Amino acid sequence: MRVHDVVVVGSGLAGMEAALRASQDGELDVAIVSKVFPTRSHSGAAQGGIACAIGNQDPEDNWEVHMFDTVKGGDYLVDQDAAELMCKKAPEIIYELEHMGLVFNRLPDGRMAQRSFGGHSKPRACFAADWTGHAILHTLFEIVLKRKVKVYSEWYVTSLIVRDHTCHGVVAYDIMRGALEVFKARAVIFCTGGYGRAYKITSNAHANTGDGLSIAYRAGIPLEDMEFVQFHPTGLYGSGILLTEGARGEGAYLLNNDGERFMKKYAPERMELGPRDIVARAEQQEIDEGRGINGKTCVNVDIRHLGKERIMERLPQVRDLAWDFLGLDCFSECIPIQPTAHYSMGGIPVNLDCECVIDDKGTKIDGFYAAGECSCVSVHGANRLGTNSLLEACAMGAIAGTSAAKYAKSAPDLSLPDDADVEAKREIDWLLNARGSVKIADLGDELQRTMMDDCGVFRTEAQLKRQYDVVKNLQQRFQSIGLSDRSKTFNTELLGALELSHLLDFAEVIVLGALNRTESRGGHSRKDHPKRDDANWLKHTLAYKDVDGPRFAYKPVTITRFQPQERKY
Amino acid sequence: MAEHTTFKVFRYNPETDSKPYFQSYQVPLQGGKTVLDGLNEIKGQQDGTLTYRMSCRSAICGSCGMVVNGHSKLVCRLQIAEVLKNFDEVVIEPMRNFEVIRDLVVNMDRFWDKMDKVTPWLVADEENVPATERLQSPADFNVIRDASSCIMCGVCLSDCTSLEVDSNFLGPAALAKAFRMAADSRSVDREERLLELSKEGGVWDCARCYECVQVCPKYVAPMETIMKLREMTLKADLVDNRGTRHVEHFTELVLDSGILDERRLPMKTVGLTDLKGMLHMAPTGLRMMLKGKMPLIHPHIKDVDELQRIAHKVEESK
Ligand SMILES: Cc1cc2nc3c(=O)[nH]c(=O)nc-3n(C[C@H](O)[C@H](O)[C@H](O)COP(=O)(O)OP(=O)(O)OC[C@H]3O[C@@H](n4cnc5c(N)ncnc54)[C@H](O)[C@@H]3O)c2cc1C
Ligand code: SF4
Ligand code: SF4
Ligand code: FES
Repeated sequence: MRVHDVVVVGSGLAGMEAALRASQDGELDVAIVSKVFPTRSHSGAAQGGIACAIGNQDPEDNWEVHMFDTVKGGDYLVDQDAAELMCKKAPEIIYELEHMGLVFNRLPDGRMAQRSFGGHSKPRACFAADWTGHAILHTLFEIVLKRKVKVYSEWYVTSLIVRDHTCHGVVAYDIMRGALEVFKARAVIFCTGGYGRAYKITSNAHANTGDGLSIAYRAGIPLEDMEFVQFHPTGLYGSGILLTEGARGEGAYLLNNDGERFMKKYAPERMELGPRDIVARAEQQEIDEGRGINGKTCVNVDIRHLGKERIMERLPQVRDLAWDFLGLDCFSECIPIQPTAHYSMGGIPVNLDCECVIDDKGTKIDGFYAAGECSCVSVHGANRLGTNSLLEACAMGAIAGTSAAKYAKSAPDLSLPDDADVEAKREIDWLLNARGSVKIADLGDELQRTMMDDCGVFRTEAQLKRQYDVVKNLQQRFQSIGLSDRSKTFNTELLGALELSHLLDFAEVIVLGALNRTESRGGHSRKDHPKRDDANWLKHTLAYKDVDGPRFAYKPVTITRFQPQERKY
Repeated sequence: MAEHTTFKVFRYNPETDSKPYFQSYQVPLQGGKTVLDGLNEIKGQQDGTLTYRMSCRSAICGSCGMVVNGHSKLVCRLQIAEVLKNFDEVVIEPMRNFEVIRDLVVNMDRFWDKMDKVTPWLVADEENVPATERLQSPADFNVIRDASSCIMCGVCLSDCTSLEVDSNFLGPAALAKAFRMAADSRSVDREERLLELSKEGGVWDCARCYECVQVCPKYVAPMETIMKLREMTLKADLVDNRGTRHVEHFTELVLDSGILDERRLPMKTVGLTDLKGMLHMAPTGLRMMLKGKMPLIHPHIKDVDELQRIAHKVEESK
């Protein structure tokens, strides 16, 4: 058994911010547990920027404008007290990162540069070239090293120990040695990232399997708003690797199989520069109506007319991506793209202190916190704006660290339940001895393909019902899987199976949440219910694990400053 | 194009294998697929025990460094077709200069240990912290911009010539990080850093082979950062050590024969009176000799005087 005051699970932006805050005064023993090495976390993939209304580029900008943009962007499902908190905290967070040594683009006068981003009415994205997430991730990691925070790298958390509404720690599997260990902690903070891997086409890393969500779900904690998944319009065909929004900004055309710039039908004025969700839906409609390229599920991005020189100057990454991942020469060929699952709005429900709350009465799980993409404090509502999630990860990560530390200092020292790791042991033993004939790769592939087809950009009742049957069937077939690797050393097949079991658990929650929600709002678009329905659906979904599947409840949205209006751009 | 590609993969499981071996797989090949796609295909459909690291599959997380047909690469951004232009099969081995844990997974401790040694964080003025950001001009940002793009993949260490013969060498990635910190306009400890980096294993021990610049998947160009650190050290006139002497004698020796005399350089650099220093260099010299990197008899090029004239001109134009 290992004992720490605070255990942070995950080492992306949220996790490292949390650990740094919790260890700030040096009084507590804080440890990070992460299934990948900290700098391998998916936060590093973020390209565009981090939102912060410091007004360097436009002095008119302030937190309130930022908050309004966020609320509107989230189609009014945003909890406005949370958005206010985040937008107000942003400058403190950015300046602190800068003081740590962050490498960011600058204005001629030496202040941090800012640029415009979709859905933000002011240029407020601070950035480092097109590797903003990388810059922040590495700076935070430098301070983690400086502070000598204990990091358990390549340890996979399998379960959360919760008894009587109190968290006692986690159980984790040491990937290198193949050993299961109990981590006793007064406070646990989950910063385990998003669930894009439930989809075939995704901009997310292989590690983004949403483990933290189903681990919490299995421990009796509900999941909030899981049906809201953001699709980005420009994922490379076949993989979903993100092609920067900058391509459209520079004047790229989107073409269907007839060579037509189809955006003229959907957003005649803004054309290719329409908001993300509108462009993604337009692409999907073209594909669904048979105008995909050569009948495939993709349309084309054409940048040939920009010329070699401009492409090399402004979009070198696009050229590299097309070549490295598709083997295509973008000077002479179009690049096939399709909507790609990009961001997970739903997650573990938390309050403004990042404490986990399990109902609309504010009932807490003592000692359990969550922050970043795995959580749902609901600053993004039904659709998050670009650059707001890095901010959320940093700002809410920091808040989680502070509140967990405060709690850990006064929490009683509880004795661990005897059966803390019984379930985890059983799970691993079962997997290591699974000798059925079903391949996990086949199940994963089927889940991801069908989620894409029937619970993707557009949804209908018929599709979702079909998809529910598929998920149930996959869960059943999971019982007959066979694994071939029984080794203790770096058994990645075992990890793959654990991750798949998590995906199968919460995919069911996504599908049923989407089936229940008979409206279209933000990232959730029902063809059979195309309008937003505030009278019935201005509320958050909560899904609890029950014997035969999720049980649903709802809680109200917090509205403070801005009354819901129609979302028009 | 053939319908299948042969992947020949290095295998080793310490629990069951007494020594490593290669295993061949036939991978159904489609155009536009990467070597990582190939590995995933093998793992998912043919052999679940094949072990390797990967995550982002878009060349940003730094997990998937391996040696492919002799050179270190990120396999997630390497097209199978690209390999097949020069080879009949895809041969994959774990990164060099690291201990193998299992199959293609190596122990990266060595990488992080070296990183730890260069104080890998910014040391700025902590007394006068402004309420907003510290200022930095776009030009100063540009100085450290490329060096900051390192994803810590270890590919450069895997192909580093100096590290191969001298395990103490800090190596390209850590030195690039050191440069990023020392060259930051906000840093206040530049001199201490440069002094520290001039010690054994530091900037003067790079063999300038350019390998790291060639294999780095990002824009770091580690060797160039090392050369900039050397320049900064020389300019600041901080040290008279083996390194700075090395630079001076390097030029002298090359101009003498037209080819660097690897036998005389260490003597000149360390100084013949420093017996301990000489003894320390001996194993490195021997290893270089054994690997054929240092001939016993030193050759001369034909037109040495031509070279000397060029050098003279360069010196004049400075
Ligand atoms: C391609 C791409 C580009 C993006 N660009 C932007 C952008 O420009 N601006 C913006 O604001 N947002 C952007 N986003 C979104 C943003 O990057 C993420 O929302 C954010 O980084 C999430 O941070 P996080 O700390 O919550 O999680 P992550 O960085 O994903 O970290 C999750 C951590 O949890 C750990 N973990 C997970 N499960 C387990 C387990 N079972 N056991 C142990 N550890 C576990 C992982 O090891 C990892 O360390 C982008 C996203 C993508 C995919
Ligand atoms: S140039 Fe120097 S650091 Fe780079 S690989 Fe060669 S010896 Fe190593
Ligand atoms: S310098 Fe380049 S090759 Fe070396 S670790 Fe960094 S990114 Fe990888
Ligand atoms: S998988 Fe991330 S760099 Fe290759």
